[in-house]
Amino acid sequence: MSDASKAPHIDIMRSPLGRARGLGSTHKGSAHWWLQRVTAVALVPLGLWFIFSVVGLTGATREQMTAWIASPVSLSLMLALIAATFYHMWLGLQVVIEDYVHQESAKIVAISAVKGLSILLGLICIVSALKIGL
Amino acid sequence: MVAFNLPLNSRIGQGQTFKAPAGAKRVREFKIYRWNPDDGKNPRTDTYEIDLDECGPMVLDALIKIKNEVDPTLTFRRSCREGICGSCAMNIDGGNTLACLKPIEEVRGAVRISPLPHMPVVKDLVPDLSQVYAQFRSIKPWMQAETPAPPDAERLQSKEERAKLDGMWECILCFCCSTACPSYWWNGDRYLGPAVLLAAYRWIADSRDEATGSRLDELEDPFKLYRCHTIMNCTDTCPKGLNPAKAIGAIKQMIVERQG
Repeated sequence: MSDASKAPHIDIMRSPLGRARGLGSTHKGSAHWWLQRVTAVALVPLGLWFIFSVVGLTGATREQMTAWIASPVSLSLMLALIAATFYHMWLGLQVVIEDYVHQESAKIVAISAVKGLSILLGLICIVSALKIGL
Repeated sequence: MVAFNLPLNSRIGQGQTFKAPAGAKRVREFKIYRWNPDDGKNPRTDTYEIDLDECGPMVLDALIKIKNEVDPTLTFRRSCREGICGSCAMNIDGGNTLACLKPIEEVRGAVRISPLPHMPVVKDLVPDLSQVYAQFRSIKPWMQAETPAPPDAERLQSKEERAKLDGMWECILCFCCSTACPSYWWNGDRYLGPAVLLAAYRWIADSRDEATGSRLDELEDPFKLYRCHTIMNCTDTCPKGLNPAKAIGAIKQMIVERQG
């Protein structure tokens, strides 16, 4: 009987096919994947516009700076840049967490924190831009 | 979280060295991962010195020579010795490939051999592939069609339709690609991996199959499909020169395509 106690304990006897099917397909994920790419592409022109604008404003006075942000085109592009940046950040960080965090509770907390933080930081930027621009 | 160190019972120790016979001229070292589930010891690396003048050109030739002439306890899978059965998939010189297709001359210095990465080991170079076989089965790798086949002939395909299967039917399910994929290492319990997704696309792209939509439905999942981050290790390592990354890209594209 002493041998039986040394026998390896098997805690999963579910069939490999049952495990492979798991909880089934969510039929979701394409929107996340697609929007990550759309925001990435959008950030190329928006980022270039922002860099060239700021470089162009080198040495500008405070009044010139606020007048630039207050123009409808600049303010709209600025809001689009902020939205795309923080949405892209949220989507990207969620993928990283899903890749590397395997404990279910930690994963939910981390993904919620990233989502909340992205929205909050985005809001702060949007409100700041609107306060100067409007 | 991801573990950065191997568990204590998986740390690899130094094993025995089997010297080449006296008078051997072209000696090459083979450093091979050994693990025996029955002796209760940690894995070890054994070193075998082989005279290349007395050995065939491929790594599998050396393994067979070692098993026949030096150490019969060395355990590995092999069958066809010509790259069609996929049995001898293993990690050679840091890359996953088929031992029968890998010339010893391509390796500089000692030839390091270990089992396919991140799979449970049965013994020595033999990995447990039951998970990945089950994942393969889960994508229903067979033709699904409601239209009955012609009673006296096969289902027809145009030359153009048949050409779409090139680059996919050649897959021999050796799983070099899946076990080279970091996404599969970290999330192999839920991510299907490149080999299985290539097989899934082989049926999606088959003009005779009538279940394209439900196949795409089943794949659309953050883990089953979208763990692929286009790392491309799969394409890089495939011993048959296939491109699973491209097939996965095509699946993602089709899922977006049907939405708008």
